[in-house]
Amino acid sequence: MLYRESGQFKTSYEADQAILPIPQDRWFLMAVLLIAYLVIPAVSSEYMLQAVLIPFLVFAMAAIGLNLLLGYAGQLSLGTGGFMAVGAYMTYKMTTAWPDMDIIVVFLLSGLCAAGVGIIFGIPSLRIKGFYLAVATLAAQFFLSWMFNKVEWFYNYNPSGTITAPPRTVFGHVVTGPEATAETRYMVALILVTVFALIAKNLVRGRVGRSWMAIRDMDIAAEIIGFKPYQTKLLAFAISSFYCGIAGAMTLFLWLGSVETEAFAINISFQVLFMVIIGGLGSILGSFLGAAFITLVPVLLTNAPQLAGLQMATDLQKHLEVMIFGGLIIFFLIVEPHGFARLWQITKEKLRRWPFPY
Amino acid sequence: MNIKKLAVAGLGAVAALSGLVPTEALAQNEQFIPMLVYRTGPYAPSGIPVANGFRDYYTLVNNRDGGINGVKIAFEECETQYNTKLGVECYEKLKNSGPTGASLVNPYSTGITYQLIPKASVDKVPILSMGYGQTAAADGRVFEWVFNFPTTYWSQASAFVRYVAQQEGGLDKLKGKKIAHVHHNSAYGKEANPTLEALSKKYGFKLTLLAVDHPGQEQKATWLQVRRLRPDWIFMSGWGVMNQVAIKEAAAIQFKMDHFVGNWWSGSDADVVPAASAAAGYKSATFHGAGDQYQIHKEIIKYVYNGNYAKAKENNLGEVLYNRGLVNAMFGVEAIRTAMSKYGNKPMTGEQVRWGLENLNVTDARLAELGMKGFTRPVQVSCADHETGGPIIIQQWNGKEWNMVSDWIPTMRDVVRPMIERTAAEYAKENNIQPRSCT
Repeated sequence: MLYRESGQFKTSYEADQAILPIPQDRWFLMAVLLIAYLVIPAVSSEYMLQAVLIPFLVFAMAAIGLNLLLGYAGQLSLGTGGFMAVGAYMTYKMTTAWPDMDIIVVFLLSGLCAAGVGIIFGIPSLRIKGFYLAVATLAAQFFLSWMFNKVEWFYNYNPSGTITAPPRTVFGHVVTGPEATAETRYMVALILVTVFALIAKNLVRGRVGRSWMAIRDMDIAAEIIGFKPYQTKLLAFAISSFYCGIAGAMTLFLWLGSVETEAFAINISFQVLFMVIIGGLGSILGSFLGAAFITLVPVLLTNAPQLAGLQMATDLQKHLEVMIFGGLIIFFLIVEPHGFARLWQITKEKLRRWPFPY
Repeated sequence: MNIKKLAVAGLGAVAALSGLVPTEALAQNEQFIPMLVYRTGPYAPSGIPVANGFRDYYTLVNNRDGGINGVKIAFEECETQYNTKLGVECYEKLKNSGPTGASLVNPYSTGITYQLIPKASVDKVPILSMGYGQTAAADGRVFEWVFNFPTTYWSQASAFVRYVAQQEGGLDKLKGKKIAHVHHNSAYGKEANPTLEALSKKYGFKLTLLAVDHPGQEQKATWLQVRRLRPDWIFMSGWGVMNQVAIKEAAAIQFKMDHFVGNWWSGSDADVVPAASAAAGYKSATFHGAGDQYQIHKEIIKYVYNGNYAKAKENNLGEVLYNRGLVNAMFGVEAIRTAMSKYGNKPMTGEQVRWGLENLNVTDARLAELGMKGFTRPVQVSCADHETGGPIIIQQWNGKEWNMVSDWIPTMRDVVRPMIERTAAEYAKENNIQPRSCT
């Protein structure tokens, strides 16, 4: 009843090609953005921002990156953690070498570094596919985390190998380091994620995204109709790694404040992969839903016994959390193997027919 | 289709619930202490005794004395799995609990400590990283909010070298000796490296650094290197499951166990028991007594376990790491008590407890009053020195229990303190911190 397209006519190509052709969708997105930009920073506690929402944004960024590579270009990668590490360590190196450079510029530059590394580790994708490629990218994960641990130059020769985000300002506001408030860091992360999600959405609707999907669906056919697999695949690796690099820089500068390579270990690669799979392959929205599920549900489960007023031993609570979370993943994968994005789509279709389904 | 509806409804419920923020009502006259514990995951063998030690000491203070000067201790556990991200989440969750917020935090993980150090001065929550964390934090002029007494990784490494010298017959005998450092490949494990390197230059022993990756269940390659290298002494910085594996592997290559010395995080009961008799002779550093024969243990059995010795043993009473939990909890409680002597007997804020930590003076007489006579060494903290560089003692596992096999070994302050000051100055420069004056 509320969500119907009848009577809406598109009279121009712009209207027809809009990201969200239906006004209701646009309003909904506007409302979500308004809440994210205005309401959440005003009402959320520091714990909520620092431990829940900022990690969600960081992982959403990484999940978009991996989704471009895996969901759109069909290249399976387990190197996400490694590429995030490149972003974090390069940002650290650059901002300590040139303290006056704007931190956002440093973020983008380190994203480019990550893109370069992504291209190098993407080269095997020209010859090998599927699970074999996954193993090759696994090498990137292990090599990069070994390198950042071993080569002291990357952490400015400090004895512990830990890198710490120094305080930096944007337009006079302290956005990194301990003095930065959780609200500021949340806003910076939110702006970055909004901008890059918009870019990603447009990327996949355009020529680049179509070439990726052609390669994904059948690479020989794509080659015959004129897409060069060499450029297309490497571009996918580059852009995906760029996103992951930015996510890594956000991890260090906006979320944790200080990291060692263990923060970008193999389990991060898997976590981001699960986000993409559970959220929905080949969907930008899915990246957000998947990131929300993997980061928010454990926090909710951790706090659930207290919310319900139950006294429970810490270890029992943790074990329960892991079991319930695992169960939920399996449940949702059985219910909808195409992920939350597909579930969202089904909901919208149902809504169209509501309240008279047929 | 019903199941899909259910899924959608479930998602909706999750989304709605995640908006709720945990709130808790605590009594007003309570001193809140957050507990970052790890009772699950690969580090649980080390984490459980520590957590139980803390819990029992706080319970003891509440049951025996009715709290600290009448102010009851409220504590809440939060599971970190020794994972830095979960640790930060726990810290954020607990730092504002209780009437005055978290009074001090014991992260019990070097990784988590590194995360919290920059936050401490902003949130006004002092960090007590007792014998772990960032060694440079010993310079109180730069690290106002961080305390790592009674001694640090660097001091410990220097005392280890002194111990080796004692065994070999003098510091001049170290020349040409081969020492290997088997360490956890993390901020924690690497801490001792700069000191060992400096001392290796000074005394001419050959140092080899062997890193073991997290979590340390697989160490065949490392011990193959050890076999090829044939070091005279091995120093180990391990934690959790890594220790058990390393000791088993050392036994498997028939390394002389009494030349294998762990740091104080690599010498608890859980580390040696799995290797059974093969671990006999293994040594480790420590800074407090082992076993359950001290006065404090009798009081815990009486006031916490109502005389039930078996139940207390089940909760790790007397194990090395349990005892360390006791010592650490004692220092925290005494710091709060010191703060109360200045600010009055009411719940202390983080800032007041910071003053208490900086002016902490636990004397031998005070230790005796606390039932810890001979259990650990007296400590006096100062503004500039948050470490105190206390001595260590070497304990040895005989297959059944730990025994002290050395005197208290002094650390090499002349080597360590300049290194601490240099590193702290670099940190201050990188993070735009103006060191305060301590005169």
